[in-house]
Amino acid sequence: MFFLRLLAGVSSALAAVVIAATAWAADLQTLVTNLTTGSFGDRETAIGALAASGDARAAPILEALGAGQLYLRKADNVVVIGKPDGNQLALTEAVSGKPAGTGSEAELDRVRVNNRLRGVIEAAVGSLTLMSPDARVRRGAADSLFKRPDPAALGALDAAIAAEKDARIKTAFQEARAAVVLVSDAPKQDKLAALDVVRDKGNRDALSVLQAAINSASDPEIKAAATAAAASVRQSLAAWEAAQNVWYGISLGSVLLLAAIGLAITFGTMGVINMAHGEMVMLGAYTTFVVQDIIRTSFPHLFDASLVIALPLAFVVAGVVGIAIERGIIRFLYGRPLDTLLATWGLSLVLQQAVRSIFGPSNREVGAPAFMSGAFQLGQLTITYGRLWIVVFSLLVFATLILVLRKTPLGLYMRAVTQNRPMASAMGIRTPRVDALTFGLGSGIAGLAGVALSQIDNVSPNLGQGYIIDSFMVVVFGGVGNLFGTLVGATALGIVNKFLEPYAGAVLGKILVLVFIILFIQRRPRGLFALKGRAVE
Amino acid sequence: MKLGSILKTGMVAAGLLAGAAGSALAQGAPIKVGVLHSLSGTMAISETTLKDVMLMLIEEQNKKGGVLGRKLEAVVVDPASNWPLFAEKARELLQKEKVAAVFGCWTSVSRKSVLPVFEELNGILFYPVQYEGEESSRNVFYTGAAPNQQAIPAVDYLMANEKVQRWVLAGTDYVYPRTTNKILEAYLKQKGVKQEDIMINYTPFGHSDWQSIVAEIKKFGSAGKKTAVVSTINGDANVPFYKELGNAGIKAKDIPVVAFSVGEEELAGIDTKPLLGHLAAWNYFQSVKNPTNEAFIKAWQTFTKNPKRVTNDPMEAHVIGFNMWIEAVKKAGTTDPDKVIDAMIGITVPNLSGGYSAMMPNHHITKPVLIGEIQGNGQFDTVWQTPGLVVAEEWSPYLPDSKDLIADWRKPMNCGNFNVVTGKCGGKGK
Repeated sequence: MFFLRLLAGVSSALAAVVIAATAWAADLQTLVTNLTTGSFGDRETAIGALAASGDARAAPILEALGAGQLYLRKADNVVVIGKPDGNQLALTEAVSGKPAGTGSEAELDRVRVNNRLRGVIEAAVGSLTLMSPDARVRRGAADSLFKRPDPAALGALDAAIAAEKDARIKTAFQEARAAVVLVSDAPKQDKLAALDVVRDKGNRDALSVLQAAINSASDPEIKAAATAAAASVRQSLAAWEAAQNVWYGISLGSVLLLAAIGLAITFGTMGVINMAHGEMVMLGAYTTFVVQDIIRTSFPHLFDASLVIALPLAFVVAGVVGIAIERGIIRFLYGRPLDTLLATWGLSLVLQQAVRSIFGPSNREVGAPAFMSGAFQLGQLTITYGRLWIVVFSLLVFATLILVLRKTPLGLYMRAVTQNRPMASAMGIRTPRVDALTFGLGSGIAGLAGVALSQIDNVSPNLGQGYIIDSFMVVVFGGVGNLFGTLVGATALGIVNKFLEPYAGAVLGKILVLVFIILFIQRRPRGLFALKGRAVE
Repeated sequence: MKLGSILKTGMVAAGLLAGAAGSALAQGAPIKVGVLHSLSGTMAISETTLKDVMLMLIEEQNKKGGVLGRKLEAVVVDPASNWPLFAEKARELLQKEKVAAVFGCWTSVSRKSVLPVFEELNGILFYPVQYEGEESSRNVFYTGAAPNQQAIPAVDYLMANEKVQRWVLAGTDYVYPRTTNKILEAYLKQKGVKQEDIMINYTPFGHSDWQSIVAEIKKFGSAGKKTAVVSTINGDANVPFYKELGNAGIKAKDIPVVAFSVGEEELAGIDTKPLLGHLAAWNYFQSVKNPTNEAFIKAWQTFTKNPKRVTNDPMEAHVIGFNMWIEAVKKAGTTDPDKVIDAMIGITVPNLSGGYSAMMPNHHITKPVLIGEIQGNGQFDTVWQTPGLVVAEEWSPYLPDSKDLIADWRKPMNCGNFNVVTGKCGGKGK
């Protein structure tokens, strides 16, 4: 009898467990269905409920929702997650995680979210993924909880801190916990300790948390401590800010250098005022677009190499056009700078309109390969990979050009012809050919600049116009005919510009730089590094 | 069978007769319509599309038999993004070509440049772009949005839905952003936003190095209050701005950017995946679902022979303006400018956002306001919409100079800047 009773007890307990488990699954089903109905406000409640369920399966569903990849299949009203797969979407059932074939956007209704919901989702996913086996996911969870502290996550954070092995992630968790404590109704002592933790984090996000604490603090002691902590963070950030300005200056300088270095050859050493220089840059950028377009349609796996493939092509395209311009127009105008100026300016308009007719007036999309997107942190400095690569690239181009001019026969001929044309001619150098090649080299380098600039600017017919004045400014400021002058000039102008901008604003900053250059040229008409010797006369 | 064939013959005959009648009616000289949009220079990027829309609309109208039994003929000129040339070309259209109406201009400065010409020669101009307001001319019909039909609802949305407390007003340095920001600043202060919570920043045209400004925005945004950027950055400068935002990791859920000059056309040049959730306020989005819009998109893609060609808000404004003009010409029974101008007020035509727009006595039209979030595919998702239509406030009530002014081009007032305090026509402003 006793045995039987025990059996009955066990079986009923088992039944209860089974029922609970099915109820659990059914719950997730309803919770997920709730995500897809009602107004944005209703969805916010549904997201909260889903996060509160603590179900690990909820995280990928919420992530898909945040990324706009959660769909309702029109045919059977099943909630699915759709990941792009060619032109189709590869579907998985949201609740069960089973593959559900493929579908097109037309057969599905995307579950819409707005910014507010994305924020809520980020916080919810953060609290759900604190225990994820992937270290990067845990790190991301800590960061999003730090940015959007939610008192409800305190328990989960404590558990995560206890279980965490990686010291750096543990610190991130503790920082997130501190941010959470500051918005919770924890005792004063805890809050003061939390302020110290946030202060030690010391970045912009920390400042934001501290400011929020100042705004909401009711206790004067906490308010004073938070104000002091914010002041100390601000102080250390000020030093980083100066470093950041220098970096921005170098980065702007590298762009100016790239744009100007070709001109330093055609204008600097040959003395041709080439107003169509900017259009050579534009041709380089359009070459990049064409290369990417072909790669996108025919060889998608090569996309990350697209810029490397575009470089030589851009050099050749712009170089050949340059040689054609020299042979067709400029060689008849040597010694007539005004006529050259007008002719090349007209030519720049012709080239712009030609590109406009071929490619259309609107911007063309040039994508960034994986190694050029995103940013990394150096202390409190945010450095974007794109800008870093452009700095590296401009220095490479500069070094190569110096090598070509110093160490190759072509460089020797170029220097000879520009320094003393009759003498070079008398020595048997075919000066017209050297002229054409020099002009081609300058234009080709402008084409290389176009590849780099396509990453940060519009690829439109007007691309070149924005750079032509700056380029002339750099070359004249640095010293006509001196490549090192161009390097120093570009960097100096970049840094001065970036230090002025925060105080004077972009418009006034630009004007001040121009005024400075005018005054400078008054005192030193030959620029920073003037060429000396007879060649100048 | 027999009956069928008789019917068929009858229908063919009727068709022939109708066709003959139609062509007989269309015998008169064609009505000329001027298209004054830059096809070269910096503004070509935006304006070329509008020229194409006009050509399409005129072609479609001609397929329907034209208007007043006469065909329409487009006269396209290219003012080449050159403001004084706009005035010259406008004069050419009105004096030499004798066009019945002109559809054109994009920038405010080009509109200001042609305004005296239209007033002197009594022409009709349809201006399709959102602008700063503070103007109402008898000869101009403003089919784009005034600030209260775009900027103010956008700010309201951010305040109510994203609880924004700190504002960056970033713009290109010219008249539209400056005036719009002045209005917004006054509006925000009236709503209780403190001076220290507003940052105003101007950049030159075509600004391409946004690193410091994006860093400034980030810095301004780390004050513990939700921050948003209201962008009146124009044209080409937008692509590098958004690229820098994406690179610097500023996500829409942290600091949303709401733009008034970024539409589907501008997004075509950018990878929009990092921009997911940034906003734009317009009166029309291509993604709006209704049969009128779907038919328009299809016609446009067929006309341009490009199945991926996008549509945008100023295009919709031209569609509305053109249809209104056709209706007004039918109502007036003539293309005489004075009669058409009088007939225009009160004309109502379908817009592409699923409703109707009406021409008001201030020569502006009623519009719905839509807030959209940028999606990964370069389109906008409408996240909010005004429940009804918004009537344009051509003179902003938030600016001290214009708060007492109204425009009403009906008789007997017939005035573009009537001062309700002094009771006289002609206050400050134009």
